[in-house]
Amino acid sequence: MTVAAPHAGANRIAGKGRLSPARTVSFTFDRRPYTALAGDTLASALLANGVNLVGRSFKYHRPRGVLSAGADEPNALVGVARDAARFQPNVRATAQEVFDGLIATSQNRWPSLAFDIGAGNDFVGRFFPAGFYYKTFMWPAAAWKRLYEPVIRAAAGLGMAPKEPDPDRYANRFAHCDLLVVGAGPAGLAAALGAARAGRRVILADENAVPGGSLLATNEALIDGVPGFDWAAAVVAELSSKDNVTVLPRTTAFGYYAQNMVALAERLTDHLARPAPDAPRERLWQVRAGKVVLATGAIERQIVFADNDRPGIMLASAARLYLNHYGVTPGRKIGVYAACDSAWAAAFDLKAAGVEIAAIVDCRAEVPTDLVARANDLAIGVLAGHAVTGTSGRLRVRSMRVAPLAGGGSREFEIDCLLMSGGWTPSVHLFSQSRGGLAYDAANGRFLPGTAAQDCICVGACNGTLTLEDALAEGAAAAGVTPPDAEETASMAGHLLGAASGAGPRDFVKAFVDFQNDVTAKDIRQAVREGMRSIEHVKRYTTNGMATDQGKTANMHGLAIAAETLGKDIPEVGLTTFRPPYTPVTFGAIVNHARGELFDVTRRTPIHGWAEQNGAVFEDVGNWKRTWYFPRPGEDMAAAVNRECRTTRQVAGIFDASTLGKIEVVGPDAVGFMNLLYTNAWDRLDVGRCRYGIMLREDGYIYDDGVVGRLAEDRFHVTTTTGGAPRVLHHMEDYLQTEFPHLKVWLTSVSEQWAVVAVQGPRARDIVAPLIEDVDLAAMPHMSIRQGRCCGVPARIMRVSFTGELGFEINVPADFGRAVWEAVWERGEPLGMVPYGTEAMHVMRAEKGFIIVGQDTDGTVTPDDAGLGWAVGRSKPDFVGIRGLRRPDLAAGGRRQLVGLRTRDPRTVLEEGAQIVADPHQPVPMKMIGFVTSSYWSDNCGHSIALALIDDGRARLGQTLYVPMASETIAVEVTATVFLDPEGKRLDG
Amino acid sequence: MLLIHCPYCEEARPELEFRHAGEAHIARPAGIAEISDEAFEAYFFIRDNTKGIVFERWRHIHGCGRFFNAARHSVSDRFVVTYRAGEPKPELSGEQVAAAAPGGKATPANAAAGVNGKAAR
Repeated sequence: MTVAAPHAGANRIAGKGRLSPARTVSFTFDRRPYTALAGDTLASALLANGVNLVGRSFKYHRPRGVLSAGADEPNALVGVARDAARFQPNVRATAQEVFDGLIATSQNRWPSLAFDIGAGNDFVGRFFPAGFYYKTFMWPAAAWKRLYEPVIRAAAGLGMAPKEPDPDRYANRFAHCDLLVVGAGPAGLAAALGAARAGRRVILADENAVPGGSLLATNEALIDGVPGFDWAAAVVAELSSKDNVTVLPRTTAFGYYAQNMVALAERLTDHLARPAPDAPRERLWQVRAGKVVLATGAIERQIVFADNDRPGIMLASAARLYLNHYGVTPGRKIGVYAACDSAWAAAFDLKAAGVEIAAIVDCRAEVPTDLVARANDLAIGVLAGHAVTGTSGRLRVRSMRVAPLAGGGSREFEIDCLLMSGGWTPSVHLFSQSRGGLAYDAANGRFLPGTAAQDCICVGACNGTLTLEDALAEGAAAAGVTPPDAEETASMAGHLLGAASGAGPRDFVKAFVDFQNDVTAKDIRQAVREGMRSIEHVKRYTTNGMATDQGKTANMHGLAIAAETLGKDIPEVGLTTFRPPYTPVTFGAIVNHARGELFDVTRRTPIHGWAEQNGAVFEDVGNWKRTWYFPRPGEDMAAAVNRECRTTRQVAGIFDASTLGKIEVVGPDAVGFMNLLYTNAWDRLDVGRCRYGIMLREDGYIYDDGVVGRLAEDRFHVTTTTGGAPRVLHHMEDYLQTEFPHLKVWLTSVSEQWAVVAVQGPRARDIVAPLIEDVDLAAMPHMSIRQGRCCGVPARIMRVSFTGELGFEINVPADFGRAVWEAVWERGEPLGMVPYGTEAMHVMRAEKGFIIVGQDTDGTVTPDDAGLGWAVGRSKPDFVGIRGLRRPDLAAGGRRQLVGLRTRDPRTVLEEGAQIVADPHQPVPMKMIGFVTSSYWSDNCGHSIALALIDDGRARLGQTLYVPMASETIAVEVTATVFLDPEGKRLDG
Repeated sequence: MLLIHCPYCEEARPELEFRHAGEAHIARPAGIAEISDEAFEAYFFIRDNTKGIVFERWRHIHGCGRFFNAARHSVSDRFVVTYRAGEPKPELSGEQVAAAAPGGKATPANAAAGVNGKAAR
């Protein structure tokens, strides 16, 4: 045997593998520097350098090494960093390509990988049985939150999540194709090639960097007379050259959804040493395919025997791949434990490469004679009808114990690596996600794709196909073409499900079923003994298959052991549900662009910039940024709001009301439509006048409100609450299109077309008048609307008041909003006008008892409950909600009604949402008779004010009620809802 | 994400463009103000919530804005047909229902058109 130069790794075998020894890269693992070859995975590079111990297990902290060579890896999970901000935990070393400068760290160990304090769990393992947490931490209940959960959480979990924000970008693409092929193994390539040559639009996705699938692991397969790996490379080169084909390497199809939509995660930069700074790290594809070809292959299972988890114990197919593709041998003296023909091929290849094979142990009494003959040719000892019943070695396997199944003495073999194969589990994950039915194949111990629920077809090993020739034939048939010729000797036949010899119910050993979650055969049996009957319950009780690998190697064994313990057949016990994602997907790929500023729309009014320059503080209202208050230097929020409220009532205030929803209702039947959608009687609203309108749902409860102006016989300017505009328009459209389609009405959202400058206060008219043309403000009564000009631009001027003061709302085209605002400001500022924000607006409307829908109503409040019964047109034959209002419970007296509250101590401001009781001395739980909906300090009144919904509230005027709080019980007096100017004299300035 | 055939746009478009709007063919009673409590209960509160074929309303809210009706199988999520508001509730054949059920083979004509037809651009 020749060994390559040391820099390539001591276990690299010269002349083997397909990587170029000339191209080396450097990386570190737990701070030690290593050299790899370009094209290595982290796992192959570590094995090449003789590093077998790569992690600690989740529960028992047992030393673990690399088990597999692909997406199914449960053990070799590491943290991978590129720089301080780019750190990803729980990366499968078998899937991570090495790049120059990669920093890898082991996980779940302290203080070091070789010496881990937590490994003590292994020795007290008998005290950590299945369901341990459920049984142990049951009482006292309070201790769960304060004691048990924090400690368990701190001890649990594998890698640590990074604390820095993710600096990377993620891309997103929607795509359509005639044929989506998942998997670039022989079957998938045959399908993709056939469809591509026929001119169909094809997307080919493969999770690996290099195409070929199972062809990577062999040097024997010949397709159309060339080595399989070369055939795959040539096919991919042809596909890549075609305009109708998209080839996506490093791309995992992780979810299969309705109507042939498949989600793909494409990894773009995780394998690069120096990615372009603006390159996206990953791309999420949402592919809608005419037809889907699943060529997802099969996953080799371990054998469940005693201490089958020591570093150096590996799947046979993985070792074959490491040798034939990466030129790496996982050991120097290797034992093989097989239940399946394909494990023999690994032994043959390793032996031919000069590695010593201690023995091939096969649990089958009869193995194919050609395999035995070849083993004899290669001078490999064969022990058919034997089992490996145990291993030794703490940080790496040192020996295996082999015993005949028929009984008799056991033998020890000194080894440094043990390959195993319990057979192959077809990867039916995506097929099952597509809602396709699975069928159990008892002869081969596996579930196979059954009835398809969507237009998809499974080809190759995922369909249970055992030979290369058949896989190529299936792939080609899926595309309707003739398959290429194939020659291959290796077979995937043979299987062993469930616990092997020496790991039975009476053997007190740890035989691992789920490596990642540390679930043993014993745990599965115990779960069944304790009453779990369904595999879904066994899974949750033991956590079998619930780790990040989703039980790719574990589920079938767990199922078989549960079935055996229950004395049932496997299909009777059921199969756990396959759910997306197939392998873990980063949050970045899912969240994509929708974060930070792009998380949601931000809506700003045309006046936003002026408010910013004038020191406004903003609040979020729906998607809008609204000015909250305008603090002057030295002012806190309360001082600013008090000043804004006082000055507005003494002089004037200017307010940006642009966010109000605005809908134009136009058409010959506009008034009829308004009569149906609002409670009010619109026939009697003259052109040029406004009215406060209430919209109900059919159940009779308040849905929205707003001032409506009638611009013409057939034209209404409807305003809605800021947050309610979209749903109000939706509600209107619903009735117009489906219930009242005979009405000739057109609805248009104009919320963003009109900017609204509100000027309120005794000087409002003086300030606004000089800017207005074509309209005589003095002749405008309260609740009227005129069309004219303001500052020379078209304007809809409404005399309305949400403060109780004389007030005007000037609607101008949004582009002119800021200019008009500034012109009004220039007029008003010298007179003492102030800008005010939403907080002062809220206080002043509450002083007048005006409701805010959604704050003073909660979806169970009728107009009468809110004291707005006058707004319901009594003589109208119909409106939405008319029948709801007549429901006995809504028509009955004593309902919860809106009232005012004054605290006995005028300085006490109640908490919004606080509950109200009649008798504060009653035993707990007290009977709540209502709650506070709005509460403020009113500087204009000189005392606090509140609105509340209280049972039979209007009958309680003058009563004293109580608001029990944590620190004190607050006495309140029930009052009318109007706290200021009940006669409404201020409306006239 | 479902593909939904809008009977007004006459195209299958992704679900993102639509909003579900509850059970279909529940007409607001004429003279609603005078109907009995039982009739109001039946109209406003009672819904079938069928396991199987459901008739439901959708709105192409980020498209043409129109409300329309659909027959969909609530287990398989397969659409049997979509049709315009105001059109009568279609009589579905046993074949159509079986095809939409889980395990059913056929894809409805107008949904399939979305995959290979207009929407598949």
